[in-house]
Amino acid sequence: MSKVVIKAENISKQYRLGLVGTGTIKDDMKRWWYKMRGAEDPFLKIGEANDRSSKGESDYVWSLQDINFEINQGDSIGIIGRNGAGKSTLLKILSQVTQPTTGKIYTKGRIASLLEVGTGFHPELTGRENIFLNGAILGMRKHEIARKLDEIIAFSGVERYIDTPVKRYSSGMYVRLAFAVAAHLESEILIVDEVLAVGDADFQKKCLGKMNDVSKGEGRTVLFVSHNLDAVKKLCNKGLLLHHGQLIHDGNIDSTLDSYLLNYSSNEQQSGISYDLDENKEAQILKVVLKDKDGKDVIEYFSDQEICIHITLRNTLLNKGARLNFSILDKFENVVFINRKDLDFTGTTEWVVQLPGDTLIANFYKIGLALDIPKVRVLDFPMEKTNLSIVNIAQDEFKYGDSENGIFKMPIQWSK
Amino acid sequence: MKKKQTNTNEWDTVIESEHSLFDINFKELWHYRDLLVLFVKRDFVTVYKQTILGPLWFFIQPLLTTITFTVIFGNIAQLSTEDSPKIIFYMAGITLWNYFSNCLTSVSGVFNANAGIFGKVYFPRLIMPLTIVISNLMKFGVQFLLFVCFIVYYTLINKITPNIWILLTPFVILLMALISMGIGLILSSMTTKYKDLNQLIGFGIQLFMYATPVIYPSSAVPENFKWVLDWNPLVGLFEYMRYAYIGIGSFDAYSLVYPSIFSIVILFLGILVFNKTQKTFMDTV
Repeated sequence: MSKVVIKAENISKQYRLGLVGTGTIKDDMKRWWYKMRGAEDPFLKIGEANDRSSKGESDYVWSLQDINFEINQGDSIGIIGRNGAGKSTLLKILSQVTQPTTGKIYTKGRIASLLEVGTGFHPELTGRENIFLNGAILGMRKHEIARKLDEIIAFSGVERYIDTPVKRYSSGMYVRLAFAVAAHLESEILIVDEVLAVGDADFQKKCLGKMNDVSKGEGRTVLFVSHNLDAVKKLCNKGLLLHHGQLIHDGNIDSTLDSYLLNYSSNEQQSGISYDLDENKEAQILKVVLKDKDGKDVIEYFSDQEICIHITLRNTLLNKGARLNFSILDKFENVVFINRKDLDFTGTTEWVVQLPGDTLIANFYKIGLALDIPKVRVLDFPMEKTNLSIVNIAQDEFKYGDSENGIFKMPIQWSK
Repeated sequence: MKKKQTNTNEWDTVIESEHSLFDINFKELWHYRDLLVLFVKRDFVTVYKQTILGPLWFFIQPLLTTITFTVIFGNIAQLSTEDSPKIIFYMAGITLWNYFSNCLTSVSGVFNANAGIFGKVYFPRLIMPLTIVISNLMKFGVQFLLFVCFIVYYTLINKITPNIWILLTPFVILLMALISMGIGLILSSMTTKYKDLNQLIGFGIQLFMYATPVIYPSSAVPENFKWVLDWNPLVGLFEYMRYAYIGIGSFDAYSLVYPSIFSIVILFLGILVFNKTQKTFMDTV
């Protein structure tokens, strides 16, 4: 059995909402009064889940609630969850930047955390000076840094600027240097927050490769938070899924990702839109719902999944040439493709548009709908559009493109 | 809630919310000594980058203050300098006072000034106040050098007679460092929560200067205000400076006993309070 290097017991973290700093003397006194009598802190009793969008009753929220887990040596753990799920709070507690309100975490070995790249970089100092400073901040001794200096500089790829003050660096160079320092830390446990969002694709790849080496090659433990599910999937073998401060799932990375995508990935984005009935319109789009082929509501599709769009329409005109314009738009609302169908009914009906899986590349799209009589008039053109997001979970290695490149998966034949 | 027993001994670090008051990890602090050196170097180097006069600024500022004080307090207000050269009298006071007030101001604002870095990475927080005290010591060193030049000049023209007590200077500076750090640490813990204090501290330090014999000798204090000086731990240190370097005023070794005890007590208290605050300040700052 592998060695447990991190063990969390009943970790909870409470935050106070609103303007911290005003009116706290009163609460402080109250806390102190309870403490003097040996009672529990009165403000810790309020157990309210941390739901950002709904207004709670109390000024105190639990950012993390009763989290228990164990992490073995050499594991790489992906921590996933929506914004505000408590991922960063957990990392902050693990990095000892803040302490839990209740509970304990036991750790074995040195922890290096990279919650932000370039913490403590001083703009006036040169790259070389900053390597030493940053390394020391992250807990390295000077001789350790000196030993790894060449390696760090080589990895960062900014040799030419190494004796120039970092304020002259481009933001990309800055990040490269900062990550290079952190990646060469000699620690048993490496904690990385969403830091790879900056830097170009080439460097991101290099970073992920380095992190892979760290966990798989060197047997060190890596904790990784990212919204880039693809990166998480490639890098991690286990996952922790947080939702509203609670640990929902703790298992291997595939099951964690599945659980996330199916249940928690989004709530701003609904699986459809309903429009208010407007009697003045001769024809109208009433409802759009995204479903899978079994008729279940879907928020995000996997790239190989069949997309079924259910559109509810109302029509009072027959044989006047009215038609539905169905289009898929990219995130900038450029039309990817369009398809039209005549309205051959009156009253209300539901149409299903089926898009085959493995056609669109994983990305964010919108569904554009309009009703018109060509060259005569527009009957209905709702501005609020349904979002369609497709995520890449099958490991395509971006063979067909990525969110920046390409739209379709084209079944090309290669031959010699 | 589940209750599990975990043997604490097999783990390197335990992260939890309850700590004993005296839980200060000096071993860890020692591990980060290189960081302290690098921070001090950073502070010193970055001050004069991209300035024309560079390190000269360390001299110019105290020199101008000394001249101002000489003109205003010496020539216009005609405060007593006990027949010593005015410029050297004020310089002795100002050099030492600058060190104290700079340390105190920076240390008391240490959490707010470093919230960014403290929020992102863990290292023993005590490194920061130590950096401030040592960085300022370097600046003080430069200014002190200037002071020594003046002392040498005035000694050569036989205006003043320094004595053997000057050998005790490092000890007196150490006391100054400990006291300013101690008070600063206590204040720092309060400024994180109640930011009004920041305003108050600047004002308070100014008041404190007038309650300390910086620009006047303690002999000039009227009898009914003497009690203020009796309580002020800095009095002995300023009297020492003048007695050792200029040869005026009254001083004996006992005058340093009270500041010594005070410095140890205040530093101890300061570290305790600071240590307690550093664990939670990220949520309140």
